[in-house]
Amino acid sequence: MIKGESLYLTMAMPKGRIFEEAADLLRKAELPLPPEFEESRKLIIDVPEANLRFILAKPADVPTYVEYGVADLGVVGKDVLVEEERDVYELLDLNISRCHMAVAGLPDWKPTHTPRVATKYPRLASRYFREQGHQVEVIKLNGSIELAPLIGLADRIVDIVSTGRTLKENGLVELEYIMPITSRLIANRASYRMKSAAIDHIYQRFTSVIDKEGEA
Amino acid sequence: MPKPLGFEKPLGMRDILPDLLKKQRYIESELRKCIEQWGYEEIMTPTLEYYDTVGGASVTLDEKLFKLLDRQGKTVILRPDVTAPIARVVSSLLKGEPLPLRLYYHANVFRTQEKEAGRDAEFFQTGVEYIGEHDVSADAEMIALAVASLQAAGLSKFQIAVGHMDFLHGLLEETVTGEEEREELIRYLEEFNFVGFRQLVSELPITDKDRKRLHAISHLRGGEEKLDDAFALTTNGRARKAVENLKELLEALKAYRVMDHVIFDFNLVSNLDYYTGILFEGYAEDLGFPVCSGGRYDSLLAKFGRPAPATGFALKLDRLVQASSLQPQQTQERILVCFDADHREEGLHQAHSLRQQHRDAVVVTRLIPSAQMEQLTEIERQYDRVVRLFAKNETGADGGERA
Repeated sequence: MIKGESLYLTMAMPKGRIFEEAADLLRKAELPLPPEFEESRKLIIDVPEANLRFILAKPADVPTYVEYGVADLGVVGKDVLVEEERDVYELLDLNISRCHMAVAGLPDWKPTHTPRVATKYPRLASRYFREQGHQVEVIKLNGSIELAPLIGLADRIVDIVSTGRTLKENGLVELEYIMPITSRLIANRASYRMKSAAIDHIYQRFTSVIDKEGEA
Repeated sequence: MPKPLGFEKPLGMRDILPDLLKKQRYIESELRKCIEQWGYEEIMTPTLEYYDTVGGASVTLDEKLFKLLDRQGKTVILRPDVTAPIARVVSSLLKGEPLPLRLYYHANVFRTQEKEAGRDAEFFQTGVEYIGEHDVSADAEMIALAVASLQAAGLSKFQIAVGHMDFLHGLLEETVTGEEEREELIRYLEEFNFVGFRQLVSELPITDKDRKRLHAISHLRGGEEKLDDAFALTTNGRARKAVENLKELLEALKAYRVMDHVIFDFNLVSNLDYYTGILFEGYAEDLGFPVCSGGRYDSLLAKFGRPAPATGFALKLDRLVQASSLQPQQTQERILVCFDADHREEGLHQAHSLRQQHRDAVVVTRLIPSAQMEQLTEIERQYDRVVRLFAKNETGADGGERA
């Protein structure tokens, strides 16, 4: 352990879909979170008794905070991690918020001469099709991706699928499975070394509860 | 793309204004003093190099190189680092010089940045290269000098993580038969993806014992006790030699009394094709990015026709400027010599003599037309001393001086 090493850690948490499962996991890991943690609208929550500060960020921004070192640790989906390509340590598969990345389209989809794919993940999608040896035009959208094939903006979409309900309700079907997605614990490159004891402590807490649930 | 506005610069380029540059130059000069005391000589290489020579040998990824064509149609690059150019010089112009050679440089280097528009594509490095010494004493000198340099740059809380490429290579040779799998595993660590590394290890058709050994790597990060843990983990000759190499390094670093700033980390791997032995990376408190990196690159010189072992490191000056507590001291006396049109010659002459007398002083001259006399007090406030040369009725203090 480094002499005079800081024990105080800042952890970036994703707002929205995966926040609750992440908060549950933190509680299981016996990190003392305030009861109002989930309801709070604050963007910064200090938990001095655990030497922790949480910042609540948009999921896609979590790797950015961690890369620049304003957060030492972060919890983020593998989808965001692949798309953002940030220089951060991917320490642990937290095995929560399980879903997968998939190509979807209308049930009667047939290959077209000018394939277009709408997605929130342009980098990931374009790499996937390149690796398949297909040339497609990737169109970046910021939400409601399912709309694109319905109104003819694109013939397929690349998006995360958890229950498949959204696809079904919009009359779309999954065409190709790309990769499994779970949430990951990530760390800043410098913090990983400068605050190794504090980070190892959190890491151990997490591993103990993930193992109970059986890591895939 | 719209036409750039008149004041715009190419993406990733930035101007450095006087205040910041003062600090940067000050840190640079402190580094220079420190590095020269260790017997390193400064060298300068060109900004442009051939893509085929330096570009191919450089540690920097191809897609990060700034490429352009010269007038003969040859591809040239803006230097992405100075290590490869120095290897070129050592193998050509300095071919007759006996090794070892201790060289250092201070230079701007260029890498294309695609992610953020605001991210720098040009930055400053101060680096050293120790060429021609195979012994671990050279590796130790690099790390000790890196510690001394970071201290000279005004950093107090910093840490240098030291790893060894051969340990991982050896452990993988021992446990994983497929070369492709081995490379993939190393790539995961290069990309800082421990999850991917562990997942692949879990899927490989290897014994549970070997699986455990590979999983154990992630815990090999800490003080000197980790060297024994690493040694116990393997019987492979290459890996054990790496640990023994690090043990010798440890003894040398203890002798340098720098172990307070050093940790061992067997997960630290970088640029598989470039680093060949001990490698290291430095971090400072409250700074998210590494402040220095370096290591042994024994196969680079051979690419330029003079095979020789070598090691070195580069300090990332822009990061040091951010993290450093040093503030350049404003000790120079600032003198203003102001005069009207009739006293110009006398004024310039006095300024000349003042510059001769006070070698450290700043002497500024200024012609002040009578119409602007009311601004004089405001101007004078910026100086420690003022020499006034005006006709008597203007200020009532012809040739007067304010201390």
